[in-house]
Amino acid sequence: MNAADTAFVLICSALVMFMTPGLGLFYGGMVRSKNVLATIMQSFILLGLVSILWAVAGYTLAFGKDVGGIIGNLDFLFLNGVGMDAAGGPVENIPHLAFMIFQCMFAVITPALITGAFAERMKFGGFLVFTTLWIFVVYAPMAHWVWGKGWMAEMGALDFAGGAVVHMSSAAAALAATVVLGKRKGYGHRPFIPHNLPMTVLGAAILWFGWFGFNAGSALAADGFAANAFVTTHLAAAAAALAWIFMEWRHSGKATTLGAASGAVAGLVAITPGAGFVTAMPAILIGVGGGVFCYLGIILKGKLGYDDSLDVVGVHGVGGTWGAIATGLFASVNKATGLFYGNPSQLWIQLASVAATWAFCFTASLILFKLVDATIGLRASDEEEERGLDLSQHNETGYQA
Amino acid sequence: MKKVEIITRTFKLDDIKAGLSEIGIKGMTVSEVKGFGRQGGHKEVYRGAEYQVDFVVKVKIEVVVEDARVADVIAAATKAARTGQVGDGKIFVMPVEEVVRIRTGETGDAAV
Repeated sequence: MNAADTAFVLICSALVMFMTPGLGLFYGGMVRSKNVLATIMQSFILLGLVSILWAVAGYTLAFGKDVGGIIGNLDFLFLNGVGMDAAGGPVENIPHLAFMIFQCMFAVITPALITGAFAERMKFGGFLVFTTLWIFVVYAPMAHWVWGKGWMAEMGALDFAGGAVVHMSSAAAALAATVVLGKRKGYGHRPFIPHNLPMTVLGAAILWFGWFGFNAGSALAADGFAANAFVTTHLAAAAAALAWIFMEWRHSGKATTLGAASGAVAGLVAITPGAGFVTAMPAILIGVGGGVFCYLGIILKGKLGYDDSLDVVGVHGVGGTWGAIATGLFASVNKATGLFYGNPSQLWIQLASVAATWAFCFTASLILFKLVDATIGLRASDEEEERGLDLSQHNETGYQA
Repeated sequence: MKKVEIITRTFKLDDIKAGLSEIGIKGMTVSEVKGFGRQGGHKEVYRGAEYQVDFVVKVKIEVVVEDARVADVIAAATKAARTGQVGDGKIFVMPVEEVVRIRTGETGDAAV
């Protein structure tokens, strides 16, 4: 085992952990003040819920010994066999526990992303039950397929830090949520304006910071590949923030702070699948694509008329899809080659993986949402929604007058 | 006794406070309000979606004075608040039936 690699992966795990409350703040600032606590809670509480689910059973289903390319076995149930040395883990240089806890933080934040789509109208109990099911039915299989020696890995799909496992999966679930839950009351008639953009920008900054752990940490070693992933991550975020604000400056007349924050996040999403496979200059192009395509995606949402409150589909769906395709175009390092470097087949593999991801995650999530809706119920009542979720779900208010 | 309600631009609060103090007004109640008259609202854009915000934030200053001083209050407030632009606001005067000083129990003009 390597001490530097171990230290690095543990610190990156902490960085990724920080992204979950950061996401809570990012989303929290964008909702109306009567829903701020409920929105933050939906992210924060997953640190509790998903961590336990992961340790008990999620980890083994994702990274246990492969069964038919579909799922991991139960060798690591209750973290049996996951110890302080590298034994049983996928790599030799860090303790198995370090790998597990690093992956745990990814499992925590992925369902938190979905919450943006149903913000301001989801019941807390239904949300917890849905998330529990989703971790086992959608997340663990996806993680297994892409990183756990499952069928997508066997096919050669490239996803360095979770373009499919994290972003496309949560975006597909977000889309399913809008179908099942419907629009917020007053959508389209009343203005729903972000109530605390400073909070949102703080959240975006925490996400950018944490993403260094998310992407560079996925190298699972303190080496040149990690350094490369760090750099590509940063440049993609930078390029995307600029691209977004230039788009909106031309389109609606002013550059906005919400645009800068959203653009940066879009770039970070876009670089996630390719961070360890592309180099710096292509990362800038990938970032620009992230900013441009995600901005257009959000404009398109307005025209299509579905209520994805905080643009999960527009940012994580479009960004993750673009990032996966871009990886097929620009991959050039770390045993990966894309179209622009002489290997057209990678692009087809990426497209196949994108299609399978969207199809599986959307369908499975749709079924889970309908199941929970039919049993416990998902949507807050009209009165609860009007009062605000902070009061109706948690008996709290975010701000005393 | 009359209540004089002054609704005007928020940044004029300090000037009005100074102006009223100069004519011996020793107390007031201040609140932040929203409203519109002839002054239109403004446009805000969030992620490409435009919102027309009709209401403008103003400050409301309320003072209760003896009938004889109402004209002075109106003159002082107007002088302090007027800019000449649309959006200067309005002053309302309404009768007050009773005033009580809680600490001493005084009523009427003595309590103002």
